Amino acid sequence: MAESKASTAQKSGNGGKLFLGGAIGLAVLSALFLNTGTTAIHPMDQFTVKPLFGGDHVGMLTITNVTFWLAMSVLAITLLLVVGTRGRAIIPSRAQSIAELAYGFVYKMVEEVAGKDAVAFFPYIMTLFMFVASANMLGLLPFSFTTTSHIAVTAVLALAVFLTVTFVGFWKNGTKFLGLFWVSSAPLPLRPVLAIIELISYFVRPVSHSIRLGGNMMAGHAVIKVFAGFAGLMAVAPFSILAITAMYGLELLVAFVQAYVFTILTCVYLKDALHPSH
Amino acid sequence: MAGDSHATTVTEHATDAAHGAADAAHGAADMAHGAESAGMPQLDFSTFPNQIFWLIITILAIYFILTKIALPRIAGVLAERKGTITNDIAAAEELKLKAVEAEKAYEKALAEARAEAQKIAAETRAAIKEELGVATAKADAEISAKSAESAAHIAEIRDSAIEAVDAVAKEAAAEIVASLGRPVDAGAVAAAVEAQIKGDA
Repeated sequence: MAESKASTAQKSGNGGKLFLGGAIGLAVLSALFLNTGTTAIHPMDQFTVKPLFGGDHVGMLTITNVTFWLAMSVLAITLLLVVGTRGRAIIPSRAQSIAELAYGFVYKMVEEVAGKDAVAFFPYIMTLFMFVASANMLGLLPFSFTTTSHIAVTAVLALAVFLTVTFVGFWKNGTKFLGLFWVSSAPLPLRPVLAIIELISYFVRPVSHSIRLGGNMMAGHAVIKVFAGFAGLMAVAPFSILAITAMYGLELLVAFVQAYVFTILTCVYLKDALHPSH
Repeated sequence: MAGDSHATTVTEHATDAAHGAADAAHGAADMAHGAESAGMPQLDFSTFPNQIFWLIITILAIYFILTKIALPRIAGVLAERKGTITNDIAAAEELKLKAVEAEKAYEKALAEARAEAQKIAAETRAAIKEELGVATAKADAEISAKSAESAAHIAEIRDSAIEAVDAVAKEAAAEIVASLGRPVDAGAVAAAVEAQIKGDA
């Protein structure tokens, strides 16, 4: 069996494949020793969009698990930012402290990264941050559905940012916004080449912006699910429970960091739109 | 596809290695195939309209909740707290100034009191000195008066003693003359005694 594991590991080039090969080898090993029959691990099943009240068809207005968990994030944000601050206390309660912390965190980020004149966009950016952060965190609840692990969701968010930023750029600066692609500090012959590169990188932004968030969320949850599948096998259960715990801690960090990254990139793009000169 | 080939490799090796465990290996292959056939729900485009529709509703809901209620409230609380802190700091500054003033007033009062005390002490000392001078002068006068009186008294006593000596001498002389059997002439005896005493003196 060790041979088979080694051969699969050698064939697979990168870490992910190596990991997958090792995991499958481990599964076969445990299945052989314990003879427990089939152990089905479907790490991607947790991302399936299902109608909440029966039926198979997912139409545009169908109430699905996506709808439910989106509503949960609205509820979580309302609880924190509205119910938590209902005291309006000079000396804040715990919930109010967290709400104020979130407010100050995003406000400072907008002000420092995108500039003072970007403060007008603060509610918009705060909405994005609160939604992504709450959806990421809610996705870590057992049996929950992570809305931000879906490219449909993150792509809409990223496209909204992209369109807003492009529109704001032309609206505030007119044709001067195109100066963003014309690197005036570079030597003249290089500028057209740089302009093409800048233009490509500008249009790649929404792609990287959305896939970074969706991919991170999906990968972490899938890995946890794989470990969770092994937890049913006696021989590897302690290892797998330990691994789930470690992954969960890492995912908590990733959930916050990805919300932060998504927001700060929005601020960076907004800064480019407001001040296109290099 | 890569996963598929791995899975088959694993299965082959597994069957090669252990014949009796063919069922279990088959199970593992099933598992791999199951994961493959499920695919990525993220790329199931039929669910996109549903997700996008509800996402837009959600984002709008959050945006309205934030702009209408949460953000103005938090901004208000933060501004109010800032104002309170600024006011408190100003009040503290004022109180500090007052404290400094009070300390100055206290020190001034203390210095005044000390000066007053020194003045009083000096005055008292002067008064005592004066009184002492007066008393000393009075005592001196009294002493001189007393000594004068005593001197007078002593003189008187001496005079009376001399008189007594005179009388006793005269009497003794008269007695002596009488015992010699001669008539006593009082006048002559007195004159002789007086002459004798004056000669001695």
